[in-house]
Amino acid sequence: MTQEHLANINLDEPEETLSMNPKKFMLWLAIVSILMMFAGWTSGYLVRKAEGRWHEFELPQIFWYSTGILLVSSISMFLAVQYAKKDNFNALKIAISITFVFGLAFLTTQVIGFSDLIKNQLYFAGSDVAASWLYALVGLHAAHVISGLVVLLISLVSSFKFTADSKNLLRIQLCATYWHFLDFLWLYLFVFLYFNR
Amino acid sequence: MATETLHAIDTHVHAHDEHEHHELGFVQKYIFSEDHKTIAKQYLISGIIWAFFGGAMSIIFRLQLGFPNMDLTWLKPILGQWIVEGKLEKEFYLALVTMHGTIMVFFVLTAGLSGTFSNFLIPLQIGARDMASGFINMLSYWFFFAASVIMFASLFIETGPASGGWVIYPPLSALPQAMPGSGLGMTLWLSSMALFIVSQLMGGINYICTIINLRTRGMSFTKLPLTIWAFFFTAILGLLSFPVLLSAALLLIFDRSFGTSFFLSEIYIGGEALPNIGGSAILYQHLFWFLGHPEVYIVLLPALGITSEVIATNSRKPIFGYRAMIGSLLGITFLAFIVWAHHMFVTGMNPFLGSVFMFLTLIIAVPSAVKAFNFITTLWRGNIIFTPAMLFSIGLVSLFISGGLTGIILGNSALDINLHDTYFVVAHFHLVMGAASFFGLMAGVYHWFPKMFGRMMNKTAGYVHFWFTFVGVYAVFFPMHYIGLAGFPRRYYSFTALGNGRMEAFVDMNMFISIAAIITFTAQAIFAINFVYSIFKGKKAPQNPWNSNTLEWTTPVNPGHGNWEGEIPAVYRWAYDYSKPGSATDFIPQNVPYSATPESNFPEENEEIAKEKEIEGLLDTQNSSYSH
Repeated sequence: MTQEHLANINLDEPEETLSMNPKKFMLWLAIVSILMMFAGWTSGYLVRKAEGRWHEFELPQIFWYSTGILLVSSISMFLAVQYAKKDNFNALKIAISITFVFGLAFLTTQVIGFSDLIKNQLYFAGSDVAASWLYALVGLHAAHVISGLVVLLISLVSSFKFTADSKNLLRIQLCATYWHFLDFLWLYLFVFLYFNR
Repeated sequence: MATETLHAIDTHVHAHDEHEHHELGFVQKYIFSEDHKTIAKQYLISGIIWAFFGGAMSIIFRLQLGFPNMDLTWLKPILGQWIVEGKLEKEFYLALVTMHGTIMVFFVLTAGLSGTFSNFLIPLQIGARDMASGFINMLSYWFFFAASVIMFASLFIETGPASGGWVIYPPLSALPQAMPGSGLGMTLWLSSMALFIVSQLMGGINYICTIINLRTRGMSFTKLPLTIWAFFFTAILGLLSFPVLLSAALLLIFDRSFGTSFFLSEIYIGGEALPNIGGSAILYQHLFWFLGHPEVYIVLLPALGITSEVIATNSRKPIFGYRAMIGSLLGITFLAFIVWAHHMFVTGMNPFLGSVFMFLTLIIAVPSAVKAFNFITTLWRGNIIFTPAMLFSIGLVSLFISGGLTGIILGNSALDINLHDTYFVVAHFHLVMGAASFFGLMAGVYHWFPKMFGRMMNKTAGYVHFWFTFVGVYAVFFPMHYIGLAGFPRRYYSFTALGNGRMEAFVDMNMFISIAAIITFTAQAIFAINFVYSIFKGKKAPQNPWNSNTLEWTTPVNPGHGNWEGEIPAVYRWAYDYSKPGSATDFIPQNVPYSATPESNFPEENEEIAKEKEIEGLLDTQNSSYSH
């Protein structure tokens, strides 16, 4: 009996303020490693571009829209965390669903962007290496967005199940951090590609 | 079960005990274990098995190099079709060199060394119940295991394993038609390495997170043993460099499988032009060596950390220059990222850029020399106890210096033009990275074996093993300097057709190296037998066999899940209070408060006594951090 009693008390105690939640910390470290991967690719891109024989390309117009879509999804993700903290479950469900739908919409716009590139005769495995780099950077980001959508889906399902506890909140927070990171990563790539065509 | 429940209530229940005290099934306990100690042993045993495979491969190609005319028909039962008319197949020779490098660098000295000791020592030495995430830790091992299985399977396919060298430079590695080993073998190599990188990242994230978040009360960063500092910087190196290798590998996979041209341009095979245009093979080298150089420190730093600990303990002296040791680790970690192009001096890079990288490379000599100096000054006038672990640590210092010296020569961009890709390079990195790290690994095994398995290894066998290995390693790698200076390129199958008779002058030296290699490799059997025998039949170990200060020796002889039975001890002092003036014993463990040792305290340490209450007050916070 005493054991259970003690465990309950411990759960109610405030979290230690000095150290970060280990899971959050691990997520940040994972983000660092993903960042290093994209740092590798973008610096490879710059090194290759500096070597010359580089065909400039136009970014598909729709990437502007996809950037806006991803920004909206990030805002709704931010709101979802706020609602989860306030135990406002109906609003949470709406916000997290919006995030998910906009995430899917982002992927769709990226695919449309690829088809625009193909219309302009720019292929992933064609003779123009600049186009290959463009496809690779956008595609590898999209692959990470898919992983983000999987995480988002898990949070979505759990928030519809009314399992409101600290574990669920942590899950939504982790999911939000990752989603904001993917948003930031796209902004970086978009600006990078825009200025380094 | 009943007694265990009693026991739990007995030792003042912390929430922790609830999930600690139930028996785990065999699978959870030994196979899919989330306990850091079991995972460490899994890494160690996998690493040892890989080391024997990697070593055996080197013996086979040493036979070819030392005795080019030897009839190898007797190897047919093992190598089958790779022996053609009593000779080693040329393509397979390249595969052997490649796999020897890959296995030794990644599977033995990265996974086997850092995987074993980071996992084993981090929670035990910082005073944590386990890693930050036991589940991710378990995944890390099993990703490594999957990588191992794929790499091992690639040895048995018809076209042979990858054979473009462990650096797998394109275009050789990017074009399946370039050589047999660039076909399926290369695909398997890349898949295996992708899994391996994921495994290392999961491991590294865990190590960093654990060291930062789960230190016991009182264990400030300046009280951490140097082993932990070394593992910490190793994990940071891995976290920042392995992803870049993954990016290079992914682009290579695109080139191989989807027909892109990231690394390929204007290539003719058999007189026929390939469609690939616009890529840059040098770009791959930049990406590869951005990992590749930090990788040598990923391999070396844990060995240096282990050595610091073993040398201080067995000299019965405080480590000389504790903060300088941390500073030099930090310096090496930082410099490791900005010297990669010294592997590429002969790729036609701008000579000015070459001199910048040369300058940065030579600076590494400074922190390295600080380390060597501090190791020697720690030994100086110590009451040295020559345990096998101590011998291997001193051996490491010797190898680190003699291999490091040639690094200064190779780091010069002008000298490197002559020495690049010769046996001089082979001699250099085998001494400073290969053998030194291997000695660190061995020192760690001999030193922490009692903690891992609760038994002692046989000392005499340890001494015999050390002397064979130490003399053997020098006998193998020292002559290679001369061969390299004479211009022998590495990775060549045979030298008889090269040099108008001049090369024949070194035939006897190559023979000598091969014989020394065979003896050294055979001597490792002494270790293997000692290791396996001692796990089951070794003498029972006492709680603190080396009279050491660090926290792992305060756990029970066979620590269970959760490491400490009662409270985790608090830490009040650094790990190196050996032979402290005034103290009755020649060591004062980290968990002994200053208030208990008034006779040996320095004035500034007496001031620390006031803070001890504070440290004790953190107990509740610490316990609560384990409750959710």
